[in-house]
Amino acid sequence: MRPGTGLAGDGQPGDGLLLAALGTVRDPELDEPITSLGFVAACSLSGGGDAEVRLRLPTYFCAPNFAYLMVADAYDAVIALPGVRAAHVVLEDHFASDAINGGVAAQSGFARSFDGEAVGELHELRRDFLRKAVMAGTDQVCRTLQAGGSDPERLRAMTLAEVPPSRALTRLRERRAELGLPAGPDALLLIDPATGAPVSAQAVPLHLRRARVTATSLEANGSICRGMLRHRYDTSGLGESLAGQPGAGHPGPSEENQ
Amino acid sequence: MYEKDGEKYFVVDSHMHYWNAAPDNWVPGAEQYAKGWIECFHAYQGLGPPETHWSIEHFQKYSEDDLMKDVFEDGYVDVAVFQPTYLKEWYKEGFNTTERNALMGEKHPGKFIYNTRFDPRDGDEGLKQLQRNVERFGSKGVKLYTAEWNNGSRGYKLSDPAAYNFLQAAQELGIKNIHVHKGPTIWPLDKDAFDVSDVDHAATDFPALNFIVEHVGLPRIEDFCFMATQEPNVYAGLSVVIGGLMYARPKFFAKVMGELLFWVGEDKMTFGSDYGIWEPKWQIEGFVDWDYPGDEFSDFPRLGTAGKKKILGLNAAKLYDIEVPAEYRLPADAGTPAARDDAQLVD
Repeated sequence: MRPGTGLAGDGQPGDGLLLAALGTVRDPELDEPITSLGFVAACSLSGGGDAEVRLRLPTYFCAPNFAYLMVADAYDAVIALPGVRAAHVVLEDHFASDAINGGVAAQSGFARSFDGEAVGELHELRRDFLRKAVMAGTDQVCRTLQAGGSDPERLRAMTLAEVPPSRALTRLRERRAELGLPAGPDALLLIDPATGAPVSAQAVPLHLRRARVTATSLEANGSICRGMLRHRYDTSGLGESLAGQPGAGHPGPSEENQ
Repeated sequence: MYEKDGEKYFVVDSHMHYWNAAPDNWVPGAEQYAKGWIECFHAYQGLGPPETHWSIEHFQKYSEDDLMKDVFEDGYVDVAVFQPTYLKEWYKEGFNTTERNALMGEKHPGKFIYNTRFDPRDGDEGLKQLQRNVERFGSKGVKLYTAEWNNGSRGYKLSDPAAYNFLQAAQELGIKNIHVHKGPTIWPLDKDAFDVSDVDHAATDFPALNFIVEHVGLPRIEDFCFMATQEPNVYAGLSVVIGGLMYARPKFFAKVMGELLFWVGEDKMTFGSDYGIWEPKWQIEGFVDWDYPGDEFSDFPRLGTAGKKKILGLNAAKLYDIEVPAEYRLPADAGTPAARDDAQLVD
């Protein structure tokens, strides 16, 4: 562990791989990698293939369902790496640490990890938040297009192939594909995130407004989480980026008070 | 009262607290939760200006004198609404009970309004206690923390049948205002604890009650905004929005304010400092000075002096029947504070 340097573990070559794998794990609520959010406190890979990951969150009471998803996803991402024989993922300083860490280690699933307190697994919750990510991503893409002069009617008719390439577009397509929504070149830019159906001309202004408020909500939550995390821990996380994902609609801190 | 540039603002702090979260009040065996809760609150304070930060010791237990100075002498507040949060599984005497608030408040007549609370899982005894509290403290509002732990339960929804029994009883007892505070746990844990659709159901089924959603449903602002456009009796409590964003993230604050003004409207937004998380002084001064930073916000509704007067006090004064001296009222053409039918409807 080497807090504050932004480098992984003890500098072994495998640690970078580990951190890259953790960079594919997202906070489902914020739709950002747990690395750039600063949630990875430490990670290391031993010569024998034992991976050790320590995660941390902005508060002791962060929602246990989302916390579970991040720990479980981190486990899955790490154990899938070639050369990793065993993965040990630990969430620190959380009221449900024991239930989450034990449940993920035993691969028991969410409902069994929280026996009697949950009735199902978290697939639907994850999908609900992917839909929010699609709406927020729609706003990021459309805002640029609108600034360039595209009116609502033009946006409604536009296919994904007609949108100029950008990181925001790539991200939007990835989220849509994860949900099984149309994401190919001929797919329309504006779709209902629940059904994939086109948006009617009459509904476009409201759709864009909803996309915008969703993006604002995610951004505001992300900024509060970062502020709380910084108050709680005085070290940077591994791979932490204060600006969030470049080009992903998360303004950097330079223009803000810190 | 706050005065700036010749304008006088009547200030109602519609969401504040007088808690004891010091170790002497921690329940043995639950110390980690009591400690975790207050440290989480303390981290929120970290989002305010550095010169307003308190030590964790002071934050755990501030005095009556501290509160009177911070809120009334320095903080411009005319009337403050105590919002209790019990958390008796973690704090021996409760975190912030109606009794604790009233014991302090009765020494300062006219300064405080005592909201009480209920927990639908408390059954008949809870209903009796609610009645006793309303009679004793004259409560016109309740604060509901839906994520409170209670005998192995991790929370409830406003749409639960038991919650409807309590809302019905509260209404019959003369309660008008339901302040809802969503938290991170609830049963079942696989659902989104912050989901506000239960408030939507309750607001539809209890049209005579006002539902003030505190911290505007954060972290579900988008769901809250869309719900609020459809329910004339849903209000946005600005606690945490001003305290947590205005200083730390001014650009996000502007975006969130723009969205709230668009979806909810200035007649249905209420200021709450969330004291002792944040002192009201800097929040009020900053809010009165606030405007959108730059041109990119041109398609959001503007917020003028009349709107700020409504948000800082006149809307809450209407909800709580607080008499506002003539010099602070709005001219006739500036609209009606807390008007239910002025939310901007979208179709």
